[in-house]
Amino acid sequence: MSGASVTRGAVAPPTYYKVGSIKRERRWALIGAYAALAVFVVFFLTPPFYMLVTSLKSSGEIADLSGNPWIVSSPTLENYRELLTQGNYVTHFLNSVIVTLAVVAITMVISIFAAFALSRMRFWGSTMLATGVFLTYLVPETLLFIPLFQIIGGLGLYNNLLAMILIYPTLTVPFTTWIMIGYFASIPKELDEAALIDGANHFQMLWKIFIPVALPGILAAMIFAFTVSWAQFLYPMAFLVSSEQMVLTVGIVSDLIRGDTFQWGKIMAGALMAAAPPLLVYAFLMDYYIAGLTAGATKG
Amino acid sequence: MAQVSLRKIVKEYEGGVQAVKGIDLEIADHEFVVLVGPSGCGKSTTLRMIAGLEEITSGEIAIGGQVVNDIPPRDRDIAMVFQNYALYPHMSVYENMGFGLTLRKFPKDEIRRRVENAARILDIGNLLDRKPKALSGGQRQRVAMGRAIVRDPKVFLFDEPLSNLDAKLRVQMRTEIKKVHQTVKTTTVYVTHDQVEAMTLADRVVVMNQGIIEQVGAPQELYHHPATRFVAGFIGSPAMNFIPARLENGAGALRMHLPNDIVLPVPASRTQRYAPHAGREVLFGIRPEHLTEVRATDKPNIATFQATPEVVEPMGMETLVHFWMQGAEVCARLDPAVPVEPGRPLTMAADLDQMHLIDPVSGRVL
Ligand SMILES: Nc1ncnc2c1ncn2[C@@H]1O[C@H](COP(=O)(O)OP(=O)(O)O)[C@@H](O)[C@H]1O
Ligand SMILES: [Mg+2]
Repeated sequence: MSGASVTRGAVAPPTYYKVGSIKRERRWALIGAYAALAVFVVFFLTPPFYMLVTSLKSSGEIADLSGNPWIVSSPTLENYRELLTQGNYVTHFLNSVIVTLAVVAITMVISIFAAFALSRMRFWGSTMLATGVFLTYLVPETLLFIPLFQIIGGLGLYNNLLAMILIYPTLTVPFTTWIMIGYFASIPKELDEAALIDGANHFQMLWKIFIPVALPGILAAMIFAFTVSWAQFLYPMAFLVSSEQMVLTVGIVSDLIRGDTFQWGKIMAGALMAAAPPLLVYAFLMDYYIAGLTAGATKG
Repeated sequence: MAQVSLRKIVKEYEGGVQAVKGIDLEIADHEFVVLVGPSGCGKSTTLRMIAGLEEITSGEIAIGGQVVNDIPPRDRDIAMVFQNYALYPHMSVYENMGFGLTLRKFPKDEIRRRVENAARILDIGNLLDRKPKALSGGQRQRVAMGRAIVRDPKVFLFDEPLSNLDAKLRVQMRTEIKKVHQTVKTTTVYVTHDQVEAMTLADRVVVMNQGIIEQVGAPQELYHHPATRFVAGFIGSPAMNFIPARLENGAGALRMHLPNDIVLPVPASRTQRYAPHAGREVLFGIRPEHLTEVRATDKPNIATFQATPEVVEPMGMETLVHFWMQGAEVCARLDPAVPVEPGRPLTMAADLDQMHLIDPVSGRVL
């Protein structure tokens, strides 16, 4: 057996097939990856780019069908200036900020306490509750806004910004609680026991151990709550009617579209500025967001 | 510092699992007691009941004379070291060790004094600013112990604290733990499944099995005078050999009939003790270290028999040989100078002053 193989090796038969090379395969993989990414980048960045171009045009230039729509011939910041000085855009922006900050705060307080209780204190029905929390997340908001309309009306909060602060958490809390339950569950039980023995009560355990240890998860939950609140459209559309109560998402649509007159330049400028805060938040916290969402998968 | 009393402790988990089935144990002040037993025998459960982390189904636990059944862990004045160390990952070593004192509102300079003192005992003074992530297993283990020492509690509780370390470090930390106990003298309850750890560390060893205590005693006592077959087999490594035998009274002398037609006489010192059991089936128990090759022994009460080794394991300082007596595997520790070969018969000598007879039904040592 071995003798035969030695002979064969010595003769070294000619190779008719291409010998693979790790280096070359790597290069092709890279080229493929870049090509695919380039397609995606173009695909996703085209709309924002078109928004930017349009926002820099005067109404006259937008209406002019003769030129190339992708090129600005006489750029102007007039749309931005008008938005920030006239009309309710600034009010809408502030409303969005107020609602979002309040909703994020409320969401985090509720979901951290809820997740702590559901993941650590075993009580009657706690597992069912944890599942229930997730199930509520699956109920579509389009189903909920009719009963919510009754509740908000009953509370006298129709056409009131504060109603949003009350309603948005129904969208955010289930998911953030779910994230936090997963995160808290990944903290070893001995850590609480060590803290209990060291003299901590449940509140200190939460404040001094759980929250700091689960910070990546908490940030992920906060980003989620922020995104949902900032971009929410259906509820403000349904419950807010006067312009000064509105948030950005509905404010832009209702103020800048009059009948069938679309003020395209301002709409684009307003939408671009509205996209800035999420962009900043993601830019700074993206790593935490990813780490937080995948924590359940990687931690034992 | 204080004594610990367990009185008729029972623990039944939800679902009806009885993990601890009524144990009694008195632990004296300054004593180092080790709970040892196979996995799942209820050691951790017992320790966690002392800590207050598990409710007691029935019975009474007292620490320093005070019944603590209804006292939460933080007020029991105990400190615990966990198998996975349970260090707070976001705190420095200093903060980890000081956490218990901070929560108890100790003044800052007192905390500093105690942490530095513990750090000196454990030789971790240069690690105080590090986070647990930046420590090796042995260093984490030290920090976990430091966190306990700093508190100066009535009782130290250890749950398999060395199980996550590699073999060499485990031996080193074992010595370390013993040294610390000799320094601080705090009453200690230590849980392990490793009988060597138990023997080397303990003032008294508590052998547990299936939720009950099999025997309590000093390491030497358990080794020489096991009370049950379980203890006899659990303590000592390699484990004691158990050979089925029949005790017979013939011609005025007690003899043991072993398999392979081997007959061994019962030594005079044991005749009185074993006489009432004549005619019964028993288990003949003898440790590998009390079976030698005949030329290598100068013991008075030996009995010789022929055996054919099937497996030979040279260890350097000794040679382990294994042979079979009708299904019963027997291991002997021979002097490495004795030439042995698998398949070549040897004349073995059993040191009968070290023998045990066990009732195969009740498992009691006769
Ligand atoms: N939380 C629990 N719920 C139900 N059964 C448990 C629980 N903890 C331990 N047990 C059972 O109790 C028995 C003793 O466990 P334990 O005290 O952890 O054993 P060990 O001696 O290995 O430390 C085992 O059978 C185990 O399965
Ligand atoms: Mg255990």
